[in-house]
Amino acid sequence: MSKPTDLVQGTVDLLILKVIALEPMHGWAIARRIRQMSGEILQVGQSALYPSLHKLEQNGWIRAKWAVSENGRRAKYYSLTKAGRKALEEEASHWERLSGAISMIVRTA
Amino acid sequence: MRLIDTLHHRLRSLFSRRSVEQELDEELKYHLQREIEEYTAGGMSPPDAGQMARRAMCGLEQRKEECRDARGLNLADNFRKDLGFALRQLRKNPGFTCTAILVLALGMCASLAIFAFVDAALIKPLPYRDPARLAAVFETNAMFRRSNLSYPDYLDWKERNRAFRSLDVYQRSPFLLTTPAGAQPSPGARVSAGFFRTLGVEPVLGRDFHPGEDSPGAPRVALLSYAAWQRQYAGKRDAVGQVAILDGFPHVIIGVLPREFHFAPVGRPDFWTPMQPTRSCDLTRKCHSIYGVARLLDGVTGAAALSNLKRVAADLEKQYPESNRTQGADLVPLAEAITGDVHPMLMVLFGGAELLLFISAVNVAGLVLLRSQNRRREIALRTALGASSGRLIAQFATEAAALAAGGGALGVALAGGAIQLLQRLLPDNFRMGLPFLDGLGVNSHIWAAGAVLAALGALLLSIPPCLGIRRSDLRSGLAEAARGSAGTVWRRLGSHLVVVELATAMVLLAGAGLLSKSLYRLMRVDLGIVPDRLVTLEVVAPQTVYSTLPKILALVTRIEGDIADLPGVRSIGVAVNGVPVTSNGNTTWFHLPDRPWHGEHYDAPERDVSPNYFSTLGARLLRGRYFDERDGESAPPVTIINRAFARTYFPNGDAVGKQIVEHSGSGVTIPIVGIVDDIREGPLDAAIPPVLYFPFDQRADSEFTLVVRAAGGEMGLIREMAVSVRKIDNGIVTRGGAAMLDRIQDSQSAYVHRSLAWLVGGFAAVALLLSVVGLYGVVAYSVSQRNREIGIRTALGAPRGSIYLMILSEAGRLIALGAAAGIASSIAAARLMRGLLFGVRSWDIPTLAVVAGLLGAVALLASLIPARRAASVDPAESLRAE
Repeated sequence: MSKPTDLVQGTVDLLILKVIALEPMHGWAIARRIRQMSGEILQVGQSALYPSLHKLEQNGWIRAKWAVSENGRRAKYYSLTKAGRKALEEEASHWERLSGAISMIVRTA
Repeated sequence: MRLIDTLHHRLRSLFSRRSVEQELDEELKYHLQREIEEYTAGGMSPPDAGQMARRAMCGLEQRKEECRDARGLNLADNFRKDLGFALRQLRKNPGFTCTAILVLALGMCASLAIFAFVDAALIKPLPYRDPARLAAVFETNAMFRRSNLSYPDYLDWKERNRAFRSLDVYQRSPFLLTTPAGAQPSPGARVSAGFFRTLGVEPVLGRDFHPGEDSPGAPRVALLSYAAWQRQYAGKRDAVGQVAILDGFPHVIIGVLPREFHFAPVGRPDFWTPMQPTRSCDLTRKCHSIYGVARLLDGVTGAAALSNLKRVAADLEKQYPESNRTQGADLVPLAEAITGDVHPMLMVLFGGAELLLFISAVNVAGLVLLRSQNRRREIALRTALGASSGRLIAQFATEAAALAAGGGALGVALAGGAIQLLQRLLPDNFRMGLPFLDGLGVNSHIWAAGAVLAALGALLLSIPPCLGIRRSDLRSGLAEAARGSAGTVWRRLGSHLVVVELATAMVLLAGAGLLSKSLYRLMRVDLGIVPDRLVTLEVVAPQTVYSTLPKILALVTRIEGDIADLPGVRSIGVAVNGVPVTSNGNTTWFHLPDRPWHGEHYDAPERDVSPNYFSTLGARLLRGRYFDERDGESAPPVTIINRAFARTYFPNGDAVGKQIVEHSGSGVTIPIVGIVDDIREGPLDAAIPPVLYFPFDQRADSEFTLVVRAAGGEMGLIREMAVSVRKIDNGIVTRGGAAMLDRIQDSQSAYVHRSLAWLVGGFAAVALLLSVVGLYGVVAYSVSQRNREIGIRTALGAPRGSIYLMILSEAGRLIALGAAAGIASSIAAARLMRGLLFGVRSWDIPTLAVVAGLLGAVALLASLIPARRAASVDPAESLRAE
């Protein structure tokens, strides 16, 4: 099982932004969606998830709203702001450049 | 948008802490709940699922703390902790804290008190609508750059200009107010009917003047000032509609002006009346007696308006060459005409106060530096225990902010008192001309300025310890014998601060020295008269009663006779158009028959004086004779000139026996019968213009001034003189009774010089004290650091004298550096205030030398104390102490 610390610093932010770009989601659902979408490889633990969420909210990239969740209880739903959408594009392209560069090195070696 | 979002979140973290915490709690609990549900759905028993989920969360509290960090909640917490710590630290060191706060407060107090005056005079907008579009309008001539308009010129300017939305005129005009107890002087002003509409001021009660109420024959009306309404009519609404008798004519009061309204160029009038052009001067194009105020058309700049006005004046020159030749036009922003007089003085005071504030801040920075040096071990220890430099900087900044806030708050409080004191020190006649300074006190502007200064102070005070963090080396900080390089760095920083302080003190001292010398010169300027035991009293007789020359002369003869009989009166003289030092600018036009003349204007102040006038003043006759009984009412006209007139117009040879042709009167040729040495007619610091004196008996006016040489007891005599004048006719008013010495002391130029010299002198004294204390601190610290070195030197046989010399030369180097930098800056600073200096150049070498000597002597004296301590170091003890 891959531990959250294995994730490159800052990638959690990118994953969160990407996941909630589709629809507003609460913390637990975000963690589950990341796990599902990565084919059960990436597991974002709560210790990384919640501080990231709060930091992103402080940055103004995401905003939070309380709503009733699918199990009938109040949950905090996060959605992307305009600034967040822009940040997502930048982070994604940045990530693609970085991962591409790393793969190039890994393959040639 | 993002900034606002972030700010919103931060503020929420700070102020709705509880709800933020609750949400955090609920959010994490929800997550836990879902985990448990998932584990239970997977077939786990509820207790096991709970345990599993909680383990996966790795401690709820830690997660919360991380979220708090991310939200910036800890920032607020840290600040609260820092503040508590800073306050505890400051409380533990009451000596340091009190000194720092007091020194800061002193600087703040001076700076804010002067700022209050600057704010009221130069920053606060004038109480008119859109004051930036208002302009003051003048005529110009060879003698005065900004002189009055004549009424006919005003009418032409008003009609022909293409620059103004409206042009109106005003004139100071003291009235005689008839009351049941006889006539009373009443300050007043005459204005054209549109004056208040041009300013954009509306009466609070009643109505403004209607257009046309300033034409001859219109019913006489008057507006009341708010102060006069309160004082004379007890603020009753029925004041409007009542009748006031001004100069013998009944005027219906039609309204009351707003409380905040003021218009300094006319002082503080009680009554404002429409200017009906009925006085003889109003009808004469040559007679200049009014000033203009205009509102510019939208889109017209001041420069464009001026060039338009100049064109109009040039047309009038062509059209009326006899009266308007060389009469030009000038225009300045109205604010400049109203507060321009006090501008240079306030700027000098403001500069001085800011320098004092600067020096006090630097002084406290030195104290903070010394203290952080003493706290090096504490800093090193905290760094060793893991405090980040960011946290340490935050800690120092918080301490600096606490000090600056304390100093600022105390400074504002003290400034309130200082403002009251400074206002009380303003002489009455000076204050009357500056209505915009009324009601000064600590207002929102002062608080805002105080806050800005305190913030700057906090920034300055956090610099020295923060520099120290970067340089402090953990090991040497913790080591017992911390005498290494760090100490030298601190000392060098402290020395720099002291050099800055000494240089600043030098600038203030030089300023004070120059201003004092200037005051000294001013008070010893040759007046051309003997001012001791000379008293003056202005007499205003009603024109309606004393309407002809014989009637006035009869009155004057009676007054002179009655006053001459009073005990203690040596001699008495009479003059029209004012007396020395404070006279007005009435001039007459003339030309010289001996010189080619092409219609240009020669202008000279005119004084009409009685035969005894010059001898009563103690003036000096240079040539010819004074006026006497030969120059009576119907005798041929003669004139006496002053030395400046003789020098200007008769440079080669005796002027007595030559002639002038006067234009204003009948254009007759008048022989010169005497030359009197220059009398200082105007302000003490103004150049003496050529002056023409004429016999009083030939030109008397119903307003004149008595000058009396007394044997002593001047103040009592002035009262008796006033009583004896009123005894003749209680319709006559006397005013402005003063001893000549007081008149000189209270004159504007004397007051400006005196207050500048004293205030800047006070600033300089405090600055000198602060800088010398700063120097003492640095030298004493250096001695304490070099205790061991000195011990070794002494043990090796260095004589006491050489130790003295070593310490004094260290101090001397700092003093020399400070004085050198100070002299250079003083010369630059003094150039800025050279307009205020009288009889002293801005680079006056004796003043600079004396001031530098004073600074050096006091500073060396202060360094003697630590030098003595150094010289008396016991080598055995200092070495053992290591």
